[in-house]
Amino acid sequence: MFRKIIVLLACACGLATANAAPYTPASGSQVLERLPGGLAPARRELQGLRAALAAKPGDLTLATTLAQRYIEQSRRDGDPRYLGYAQAALAPWWSQPQPPSPVLVLRATLRQSTHQFGAALTDLDAVLKRDSGNSQAWLTRATVQLITGDFAAAHASCMRLYSRAPELVVQACLSSVGSISGQAAPSYERLRQTYAARRDADPALRAWVATLLGEMAARLGRPDAAEAHYREALALDGADSYLLGAYADFLLERSRAPEVIALLKDKTQADALLLRYAIALKNTNAAGAQQASAELAARFDAAMRRRDSVHQREQARFELVLRGDPAAAVRLAKLNWAVQKEPADLRILAQTAAASKDPEAGAIVRDWLKTSKIEDVSLAAHQGEKA
Amino acid sequence: MMARCLAVLALCFACVLPAQAHKASDSYLSLAVQGEKIDGQWDIALRDLEMAVGLDANDDAAITWDEVRARHEAIAAYALARLRLAGDGVDCPMRVTEHLIDAHTDGAYAVLRLQASCPAPVATLSVDYNLLFDVDPQHKGLLKLTHGASTSTAIFAPDARSQALQVAAPARWRQFADYVKHGVWHIWIGFDHILFLVSLLLPAVLIRRDGQWQGRETLRASVIDVLKIVTAFTLAHSLTLSLAALGALSLPSRLVESLIAASVILAALNNLWPLVHRWRALVAFGFGLIHGFGFASVLADLGLAQGALVLSLVGFNVGVELGQLAIVALFLPLAYLLRRGVFYRRVVMAGGSALIAVIAMVWLAERAFDLKLMT
Repeated sequence: MFRKIIVLLACACGLATANAAPYTPASGSQVLERLPGGLAPARRELQGLRAALAAKPGDLTLATTLAQRYIEQSRRDGDPRYLGYAQAALAPWWSQPQPPSPVLVLRATLRQSTHQFGAALTDLDAVLKRDSGNSQAWLTRATVQLITGDFAAAHASCMRLYSRAPELVVQACLSSVGSISGQAAPSYERLRQTYAARRDADPALRAWVATLLGEMAARLGRPDAAEAHYREALALDGADSYLLGAYADFLLERSRAPEVIALLKDKTQADALLLRYAIALKNTNAAGAQQASAELAARFDAAMRRRDSVHQREQARFELVLRGDPAAAVRLAKLNWAVQKEPADLRILAQTAAASKDPEAGAIVRDWLKTSKIEDVSLAAHQGEKA
Repeated sequence: MMARCLAVLALCFACVLPAQAHKASDSYLSLAVQGEKIDGQWDIALRDLEMAVGLDANDDAAITWDEVRARHEAIAAYALARLRLAGDGVDCPMRVTEHLIDAHTDGAYAVLRLQASCPAPVATLSVDYNLLFDVDPQHKGLLKLTHGASTSTAIFAPDARSQALQVAAPARWRQFADYVKHGVWHIWIGFDHILFLVSLLLPAVLIRRDGQWQGRETLRASVIDVLKIVTAFTLAHSLTLSLAALGALSLPSRLVESLIAASVILAALNNLWPLVHRWRALVAFGFGLIHGFGFASVLADLGLAQGALVLSLVGFNVGVELGQLAIVALFLPLAYLLRRGVFYRRVVMAGGSALIAVIAMVWLAERAFDLKLMT
């Protein structure tokens, strides 16, 4: 019994001091690594597709199917390695001057996920020049334009989806744009009605729309409605890391940190979720807050070593809330804002601007509020405090 | 420590914090260069190795130490085939000396201890890195290179697979020795300098009396004459070499090369129709100034070592003098022994000078008019 405790202690210390020193495992049966996906059928399916593609590497349909599946997997788990595997599947076409349209759309998606927004738009425009009816290209284009804050262009891209995509997709696209560009209430209302009318839609699509509705209701200051939307989304797809992050933020803003701990305690592989988890631990003065924070610091260090800047939004929040370094936080928030302009990016910019009293960041926020006409109660409260 | 362990243990049970992050794929390569030896450590994620060589033998999504051990050879072969180290352009063969395990933020990594040996101490290390790019084009190789107290880093990616890293400035004495070698070499292959010197030295064992050449009486007198000439030449070319190398003075290289050829002609003709005999040291000094510019252009091609300007300049100069001394050491005893005979005066002195003058005239024509007469 005592020996077992010693081993446990050793294990715990090993966890605490990641990459302390290389070692030889004590026992041959010791499990060193659990592969993501475990024994779930999805992993087998991906393995099977990968083997099939290895046998026929030039098979475009097989390659795009596999890449698509990897991208979905990455989105669900928040695991960037799948994006690399997706790119590998497309390798025979990746560097061609004129890849086939399905490859271009996927390449744009992969470039978007590494924040190469300009390159992504170039790919999508190339597709649409060939085939103006490619609804996936229009939707991805709208997404990129929305992220980069080009609302007029995003609205135009959404409009091109009419009669080419399911009604719920079209409305989700349009409402996403309208909700943060001066049409918050009607956009929410229209999407809510369409959602209610399309009970038969694909569950993954419904989960996505329910998440959007939750965010919109929260920005409008209707927490009860938001809560209901988030819960519905979770019931449809409880593993989606974007949804978990959005709901965790909703809870944190309402001082419901214990619920965040319960929600995320075994989903901290994704940095964005570990961040919310660590903040929740800190807000409740829970044991382990320090360690979660240290773990997160190690991950940001690792990302910086490979010169990744994809997580600057999370890193700014980490510096502000967990490390208490508003100067570092506002610097990161401004760098992030130069790349992407979603409501969450504006929120962290406003928070760091207020904490650091950085006049430049403050001016950016005020200008954006005025020109974009975004409505967000949490931001309004913030600006009100300052006034 | 104990308290910390307990706290962490409590945490393990309370909130089950996994040590694994979701992170893009990286490998961590550390290399420590010591002379011609390189010690390395290469951490490669088990997850990545599973994709590349397959580790999970029983397909239960859990990788055990036994499963990794069974694939050690395959892992080593896979990794070594995708990393090439070369010291100053020459391959450094590498082997895996030990297999271990370590934890990084995104999970367990196989640790390969490496040893490579290069044929000579490494000044520039070239690294060709090709791990995993076919499996995951977003993979990066993060290199940390240490040499003594200095550390440098590099990132390998599909568009940056090969990089050359300056290990450190080579040791001072080695740098100096390199430039000495260059100096000696330049004198030996620089026939114009040798012929100029020889032309001035040929009469050193003779003396002009009544319009006739006669052998000098003592070795001492010859040595003094040689010493004066060589010293004057050395002083002069050191002066202009230094000024030109440091950028204080410059002359067009075509002019310099032509003047050097002219200096050889004049020195050789002076042996046939003597105008100056006692003042040859002065001639050596005057033309030495021109030869200094010639040396400087060679040094400019080599480039002065960064941060060791004076050291390399002095080294090069010392090399030139050593080369000169070697010529003198060969020439003087032979000439002294032969000085009294007709052979020396007629064949060596007159014939040699005439030949030198002809060769130098061809050089002059080539250099002044940019022709190609001799190959």
